Amino acid sequence: MHVPDGFIDAPTSAATGVVAAAAVAVSLRGARRELDERTAPLAGLVAAFLFAVQMLNFPVAAGTSGHLLGGALAAILVGPCTGVLCVSVVLLMQGILFADGGLTALGVNITDMAIVTTVVGYAVFRVLVKVLPRGRRSITVASFVAALVSVPAASFAFTFIYAVGGTTDVSIGKVATAMIGVHVLIGIGEAAITALTVGAVIAVRPDLVHGARGLAQKLKLRVNGVLVDVPAPDEARTAPVAARTSRRALWTTGLATSLVLAGFVSFYASADPDGLEKVARDKGIDSKTEQHASADSPLADYGVKDVENARLSGGLAGVIGVGVTVVAGSAVFWAVRRRRTPDVSPTSTSAV
Amino acid sequence: MGAGHAHRLYRHGHSPVHALPPHTKLAATFAFVVVVVSTPREAMWAFGLYAVLLGVVAYHARVPAGFVLKRLLIEVPFVAFAVLMPFVAEGARVDVLGLSLSVNGLWGAWNVLAKGTLGVAASVLLASTTELRELLLGLQRLKLPPLLVQIASFMIRYGDVITDEMRRMRIARESRGFEARGVKHWGVLAKSAGALFIRSYERGERVHLAMVSRGYAGSMPVIDEVTASRAQWSYALALPVAALVVCLLGWTL
Amino acid sequence: MDPVSTAAASVEVSGLAFAYPDGHQALFGVDFRIERGERVALLGPNGAGKTTLVLHLNGILTGGAGTVTVAGLPVGKRHMPEIRRRVGIVFQDPDDQLFMPTVREDVAFGPAAAGVKGAELEARVDRALAQVGMGEFKDRPPHHLSFGQRRRVAVATVLAMEPEILVLDEPSSNLDPASRRELADILRSLDVTVLMVTHDLPYALELCPRSLILSEGVIAADGRTAELLSEDALMRAHRLELPFGFDPRSVTADTSRP
Repeated sequence: MHVPDGFIDAPTSAATGVVAAAAVAVSLRGARRELDERTAPLAGLVAAFLFAVQMLNFPVAAGTSGHLLGGALAAILVGPCTGVLCVSVVLLMQGILFADGGLTALGVNITDMAIVTTVVGYAVFRVLVKVLPRGRRSITVASFVAALVSVPAASFAFTFIYAVGGTTDVSIGKVATAMIGVHVLIGIGEAAITALTVGAVIAVRPDLVHGARGLAQKLKLRVNGVLVDVPAPDEARTAPVAARTSRRALWTTGLATSLVLAGFVSFYASADPDGLEKVARDKGIDSKTEQHASADSPLADYGVKDVENARLSGGLAGVIGVGVTVVAGSAVFWAVRRRRTPDVSPTSTSAV
Repeated sequence: MGAGHAHRLYRHGHSPVHALPPHTKLAATFAFVVVVVSTPREAMWAFGLYAVLLGVVAYHARVPAGFVLKRLLIEVPFVAFAVLMPFVAEGARVDVLGLSLSVNGLWGAWNVLAKGTLGVAASVLLASTTELRELLLGLQRLKLPPLLVQIASFMIRYGDVITDEMRRMRIARESRGFEARGVKHWGVLAKSAGALFIRSYERGERVHLAMVSRGYAGSMPVIDEVTASRAQWSYALALPVAALVVCLLGWTL
Repeated sequence: MDPVSTAAASVEVSGLAFAYPDGHQALFGVDFRIERGERVALLGPNGAGKTTLVLHLNGILTGGAGTVTVAGLPVGKRHMPEIRRRVGIVFQDPDDQLFMPTVREDVAFGPAAAGVKGAELEARVDRALAQVGMGEFKDRPPHHLSFGQRRRVAVATVLAMEPEILVLDEPSSNLDPASRRELADILRSLDVTVLMVTHDLPYALELCPRSLILSEGVIAADGRTAELLSEDALMRAHRLELPFGFDPRSVTADTSRP
């Protein structure tokens, strides 16, 4: 689903461009923690792999085409931040070298294919790894499910972006059904490839899989006939990782809950006017109300234009609203946080 | 893993466009595409002028029209979507050759086709006149974060290694009589993906070790400074500036 | 041998042990010391751990037990760029090391990565190519050169960084006798500490007064090359064999520096 120029209108392209740039900036900082000098070419290899894998195209309903995305695979092999960078690089190069995906649509493409798949995939992966028993089999299973979920999530994001800024007037219901429906099927293929690849790499070179970090056994070395312990190189990093994972778990639970509330529970919300409106109506105050400036927007009145079913419309609008709020809120939070706390990245730790 | 090789879209030549520093070309292409996308779809003549402008660039770059047109095929999936749009879009309908088509859908189809095609054509011209290494240096010069450029350069190096390994594995399979298509083909590809990954990595690891041993620390060392003179910048920016004029006319007329 | 300098040893390895992530242990406690200006050969059977050991000298491999000190600096994250400048490793396959489009850019890669620019960079490139006698091939693509020429350019890529220690992995492998001699002349003319990993025992005898034998992950012997090669029992125990008809006692090796 590489979006070409002109498919999404200018303001939305610009907005997604900002989101993409912010996410890449965050990932750059995170990647510096995940990467040491050995894994940088590994990231390039993952990117090359994704490039090759994404060439496999298949036609989808309504004339669009779908293909494998690889965000979950990237996140599991090299870590989520580096994974975002890998897919972004692939999209950038595809746009520049192969004219696949418009240059002005890079923001859209990166947001929906690089960020959503990687973040969703990695979140699902981490949750499953915590829940399942430790071992290689669990990692493989977790990879399967993560990839399976990440692909429809990306198509969902695409539908959302299209709903906000598509330049054509095809009903969202149709687009959503086509996109999300087929990408559920693509997700199965992607899940199979992801699981098989991760499984095969873990069996031979577990040091190349970021997601299997915790599985590395402590080595004992024999020096001049005496057994000696190897000092663990990652000791300095385990504390922050623990903090990060618990924070991330909190984040994902929070997000999931908001989505459930906004998306499903709101189905059953009352359509009657709320307290203020009722009072205004009873007292005749509302005769002076003016039409809200964005009454014509696709999300006006907590409904998505063109989606007939009132409940689905409301639910969809709720989910969209949560998504936008989370993104905007996080951006603000991040911007503020950056200024307050000095950079504490471990650039000058001395050697073992 | 070779170096400085041409990528698929590159067309060797000695035109003035080939000689421009890569970062000017990248900036010009991007600016041009932004202008095209910002043009109102109703000004159909404007898009014709854009195509003419690109034709002029192609002429200066000595890239034949057939070459560009062949590469435009990449956007076939979206052409299909655009063609379908007048049938599935909502809104007022009009009768064309006995078919009831949505007016909005027709405009939408035109919009996507025109802008998408021009975007692809511009990218093709950029890629066909700029070598891979140069593109990366240009991106680095335009202040793309060095880590991204590093990943991109390794990606390109590994691209060759992967296609080579895939070729070898395919030959090995076919010599044993394997010839499936469709879903079965996928199954085999999936199973060999892991082995392909490890083999490619280990092949490239040695070159990376050599680079690291010589002090490589994250960004390609700059051996020759590439700066662009004012004349070069003006030459490159002529395209987007001309397009901008057309765009403004499109908005006002 | 040079008069003993009071400066730090070029290489000092103490208690080095290392195992690969899959659990296979390659080094079981290696100790040795090389003074500035020495030329030392590292001998041993296949699989002894010679390449593994060498990769520890510039920090490519870490994460084991023991310490490695190079030119007075401990090998570790803190001094890595400086260590990589001072230790130049020439790998066995020149194609792994020549990855730029022209010879000039390959040789310039190392100094450019260290921050050298402009005229000074060109000067370094020219000096390094002159040292290996490849000055006229400056603008050629490396894959157009013969194997021996590529080997020499690979050495130049490392010399351009002006290292203190030059480590060579099988430098004479696959070279015809004339190229072997040319390379030997080049190595003799350099003023650096040399550690040469090799199977080519006559070459070791010709160029290196001192040899270390690495076997089963430990240093099994350390002494004058001529003496080690004359001890039949020692050689047999570590799978070292002299070429047909070669008698080390009959060679008067030139042990003093020109």
